[in-house]
Amino acid sequence: MKRIYVNEKWCLGCHLCEYECAFANSGMTDMVKALKGKAIHPKISVEDGGDIHFAVNCRHCTDAVCVKSCISGALSKGEDGVVRIDQNKCVGCFTCILVCPYGAIMPAPDGHAAQKCQLCTDNLCGEPNCVMHCPNRAIVFEERAEGGAQ
Amino acid sequence: MKYVIIGNSAAGIAAAEGIRSADKTGEITIVSDEKYHTYGRPLISYYLLGKTDRGRMRYRPADFYQKNGVSPLFGVRAEKIDAQKKQVFLSDKRVLPYDKLLIATGSRPFLPPMEGMEGVKNKFSFMTLADALSLEKVLSRKKKVLIVGAGLIGLKCLEGIAGRVGKVSVVDMADRVLPSILDEEGAAIVRRELESKGAEFYLSDSVAKFEGDLARLKSGREIPFDILVVAAGVRPNTELVQDAGGEVARGIVTDFRGETSLKDVFAAGDCVESYDITSGRRKILALLPNAYEQGYCAGVNMAGGEAVFDRAMPLNAIGFFGSHVLTAGSYEGESILFAEGERYKKFFVKEGRLNGFILINCSERAGIYTALVRNGTPLSEVDFSLLEERPMLMAYPRAEREKMLSREV
Repeated sequence: MKRIYVNEKWCLGCHLCEYECAFANSGMTDMVKALKGKAIHPKISVEDGGDIHFAVNCRHCTDAVCVKSCISGALSKGEDGVVRIDQNKCVGCFTCILVCPYGAIMPAPDGHAAQKCQLCTDNLCGEPNCVMHCPNRAIVFEERAEGGAQ
Repeated sequence: MKYVIIGNSAAGIAAAEGIRSADKTGEITIVSDEKYHTYGRPLISYYLLGKTDRGRMRYRPADFYQKNGVSPLFGVRAEKIDAQKKQVFLSDKRVLPYDKLLIATGSRPFLPPMEGMEGVKNKFSFMTLADALSLEKVLSRKKKVLIVGAGLIGLKCLEGIAGRVGKVSVVDMADRVLPSILDEEGAAIVRRELESKGAEFYLSDSVAKFEGDLARLKSGREIPFDILVVAAGVRPNTELVQDAGGEVARGIVTDFRGETSLKDVFAAGDCVESYDITSGRRKILALLPNAYEQGYCAGVNMAGGEAVFDRAMPLNAIGFFGSHVLTAGSYEGESILFAEGERYKKFFVKEGRLNGFILINCSERAGIYTALVRNGTPLSEVDFSLLEERPMLMAYPRAEREKMLSREV
């Protein structure tokens, strides 16, 4: 399946992906109206440390430990390989946050459920909005064979 | 191929999914003494709290059994197995033949002997949906509830009912709440949160005897109540395997593939004994993620595949009102503490590896810590000074990070 992959050396640490993620999931068509003056709760986050920057979001693991650990059945892996969360079923126990080795699941803004990247299949973007707007191709959306790099 | 699964909760459902990953056509029968579609057992407290309902607490979609070619037998008990003839004897007198059998019978409440218990009218356990539904029927704003047990089950029950009753008191022999997963300081934070919601604790104490609707404690204190909930621990349901001559210690003994000492009989979940990689000891890890992993692994092997689950460890995610407690591993080794107000973080480092942790109200990206424990990563290979501050992948060397973020995982 197509997944998001990180090219760490190209990441500028601009955090634009975080804003694009929040915008994509806002349900609004105007970025300024959607984000201006608001705290954002993106499903992708950039780690910064000196000269190193990289974005992290759900890896959509083949053998997803979050899905196996979910106590409510809210997390599932679709036939398309996308790991999704049904926030209506989620009770916010945070077991998934405890088990995700990438730190890629986080509380939703209301704190009562978890949220995660669903590769923009849950909004109107079609393709991941973070990738489409990354100015330096530091994140890409493509097929890669298991174990293969770049 | 005929598969029989005894148990309709996480381990049983996982086994069905594991079987179907390797065998699309074999006959699968699930036997359950409950009469419900599979539900998330830990959700019963959220049900009483109003955070979920009967429909949403289904552990799998409504069409799960049909879609996976599983025949469920609800409201029927498996009473005996014959591992030689490969048969399961049911309470409705039916006999089910099997080629591969899974025991996923879970556990039952432990009811410590307490004097005068037979004279208590409204008494409940808190493990099943049926327990929650019958408890719900007697809840009202005027009622006083006494919970015996300040462990995970007792306190989740407390959270579920606190807003629906007049008063909740909790008695436990331990000197703190959640004694199995929290240290003294961490327990104090959770206790304060629960007391702020009106709960009253009687710790280092126990019920000497019940006199109708009055509990007399060992300390001499008295607690009047209308409803009693006993949450004093659980015992694994091991009898089916034991009576058939299979090996049972604290729980049913299995290998890392999930097979018991009886050929073609597998076991998974709260009824089995696991090898805890963080303490090196065999123990019962009655946790849903563990049950799922074991059940799925057993299912794959039942269907002729090759699977091993040998990374079991304690893992708890438990919330109370606005607070979140996340814990993992064993609390052995040197401890490192960070505490600020109601935020609490304690790491246990043993032989250069993270062996366990307690996080209260600092949930963010906790799984990065869990992975260090589960993988037994030498802390010399990561920048632990960064990780002490907060979990981040930056602490890994670039080559490791590349494997995580630039490849299929």
